Amino acid sequence: MKLLYFAWLKTKTGMAEEDVTPPEGVATVGALLDWLEGRGANFADALSDRGAIRVAVNQTYAKPGDPVGPNDEVALFPPVTGG
Amino acid sequence: MAVRVQAEDFDVGKELSALTGDNHAIGGLAVFVGLVRDLAGGSEISAMTLEHYPAMTEKMLAEIEAEAQSRWPLEASLIIHRFGRLEPGDQIVMVAAASAHRQAAFEACEFLMDWLKTKAPFWKLEETEQGAQWVDARDSDDTAAARWVKKNPDAAE
Repeated sequence: MKLLYFAWLKTKTGMAEEDVTPPEGVATVGALLDWLEGRGANFADALSDRGAIRVAVNQTYAKPGDPVGPNDEVALFPPVTGG
Repeated sequence: MAVRVQAEDFDVGKELSALTGDNHAIGGLAVFVGLVRDLAGGSEISAMTLEHYPAMTEKMLAEIEAEAQSRWPLEASLIIHRFGRLEPGDQIVMVAAASAHRQAAFEACEFLMDWLKTKAPFWKLEETEQGAQWVDARDSDDTAAARWVKKNPDAAE
């Protein structure tokens, strides 16, 4: 699974992208965020306010209950501020 | 019907001429151009950098444009959004909507901006005297976008 981080999520996690293999059973967006949060202090800090995080799976907005799999590109970012 | 995401500046006059071309069914053309301000939240801004998610940006903008096309009888539409480092006075974004009559053009133009601001994956990093700061999303943008959510009593959600 490919993960992408944007804006302050990139700053806080310290990375722009990475390939990860979450344990079996991590099959939804919500479960993925829970797993990521346990990967260290920087991730715990970055993901502490779930209301401030948007997730896109394969470039489409996703909700906590939506499925994620090994071949997906999952992007984590704050609410958008373009325009 | 076009969407462009680019670092370069754009010429509004040329873009509008190219958009309407020789389509004489167009009776109204509405355009919005967003510029970088030099003040935000009381802090002076020397520059800002727009980051985006390239693979998703064009897809979202195309979806937003298609939604406008389905709601209003548009003859032409255009979205241009820049990324990279911009300074006060620079153009950031341009949307245009053309139709036979003004109402559809005005409404579609406003819709395009409201949805773009809450859906297109761009983030502004402002350079201030206190250092670089990521801009927070504004509730007023969500409120503006919510005006266009279709009320559907049969919706599953």
